[in-house]
Amino acid sequence: MSSTGTSALEAARLTLARDIRLALRKRGQLIQPLAFFAIVTTLFPLGISPELSRLRDVAPGVLWVAALLSSLLALEFLFRDDAQDGTLEQHVLSGQSLTWLLFAKTVAHWLLTGLPLAVMAPLAGLSLGVPVASLGGIVASVAVGSVALSLIGSIGAALTLGVKRSGALLSLLTLPLSMPVLIFGARATELAIRGAGFAPPLYLLGALAVLGITLAPLAAAAAVRISLE
Amino acid sequence: MPERRLQAENLHLWRGDRHVLRGVRFAVNAGECLQITGGNGAGKTSLLRTLSGLMYPEEGSITWCGGNIRRDMQAFHADMAYIGHEPPLKPDLTAQENLHYWIGVRRPLPIDEINRELGRLGCDQWRNRPIRTLSAGQKRRVALAGLLLMAAPLWLLDEPTTNLDTEGQRLVGTLIEEHLAQGGLAVAAIHHELAVSSAVIRRLELSSK
Repeated sequence: MSSTGTSALEAARLTLARDIRLALRKRGQLIQPLAFFAIVTTLFPLGISPELSRLRDVAPGVLWVAALLSSLLALEFLFRDDAQDGTLEQHVLSGQSLTWLLFAKTVAHWLLTGLPLAVMAPLAGLSLGVPVASLGGIVASVAVGSVALSLIGSIGAALTLGVKRSGALLSLLTLPLSMPVLIFGARATELAIRGAGFAPPLYLLGALAVLGITLAPLAAAAAVRISLE
Repeated sequence: MPERRLQAENLHLWRGDRHVLRGVRFAVNAGECLQITGGNGAGKTSLLRTLSGLMYPEEGSITWCGGNIRRDMQAFHADMAYIGHEPPLKPDLTAQENLHYWIGVRRPLPIDEINRELGRLGCDQWRNRPIRTLSAGQKRRVALAGLLLMAAPLWLLDEPTTNLDTEGQRLVGTLIEEHLAQGGLAVAAIHHELAVSSAVIRRLELSSK
């Protein structure tokens, strides 16, 4: 961009602020994944058994599958509205880095979906009978893991932009790539519940998030460019 | 700085099996408006998207101020404003908020400047109303305010008078004439005649074969 233009950082800040403002004005869309997460995690005890030891055993899997599917629910909207109303075209033509703008949108997605899931995770954990001492580990693993989920999801959302009813295809693309996050996330949660050190799987989740930050916005930008052609 | 001139040479574009652009060539100089006409499916929108750099032609080249646009796409985009069929406006944001974001990503934009251009386009009354409450013509006016705020020398306009009343259509003509008088260029795909002096209009008819 020319010297009189908006800086990349300011453009990203504007994108982040706009997406958060839009989400707050469309609360239904914002609440949907959180409600899904709450419903799944609170229904499980009713379906399996009220026995706490049994619930504790399945808690890591339940929490993480619910978090993964909740994150997927919101992903479909990540770029779709912007593609339909021409905003993505304007991003490409803005003279700004598309990678940077899409990264800002993904950060907004995490702030609006991943972070609230991490905040809700202790409540869901308590309903599954996990010890209070493990809640810190659960929050940390969901917070870090959901960063990776948002970034992986951004690639799928960008690749399926031109596809009608893209939800199923988005799941098919994103779920296999999300498996390492699910495995390490569930493992960190399990160790936290058992009172053991959960740092190793948490570090692996962190590594996946860093890998995602490095590669996912580039891949998403390339996919968006192709879909706009 | 080289003279402002947009030139297309032997553009060929395929969409699947369809040969949409067949050897399109033209040149537009500063102070001129190229009016692209043609039936539905003739390739008007595809040509504009190709000129903007959103689509890649299989053959041919586009030059801006003497340089191939592909060599420095970022600089070309900084000089260009493109408005497609649908203005990029979010239904849940106000006209002012939409412009603050849309143009703010390109250049820092004081609110006063946004309000001034909205006022010029007759949008004073509804600048703080959500876009979803506006008519199609009112949205088009907000988009035109965005076009002015981009302050770009090259305008690429896809059906700029769509949904506008007679007064609005005249206003588009006036805006284009003022832009050309300041040394700008415009390329407009349009079904109807633009309300612009014929002295500055050049025409390109695309065949739908």
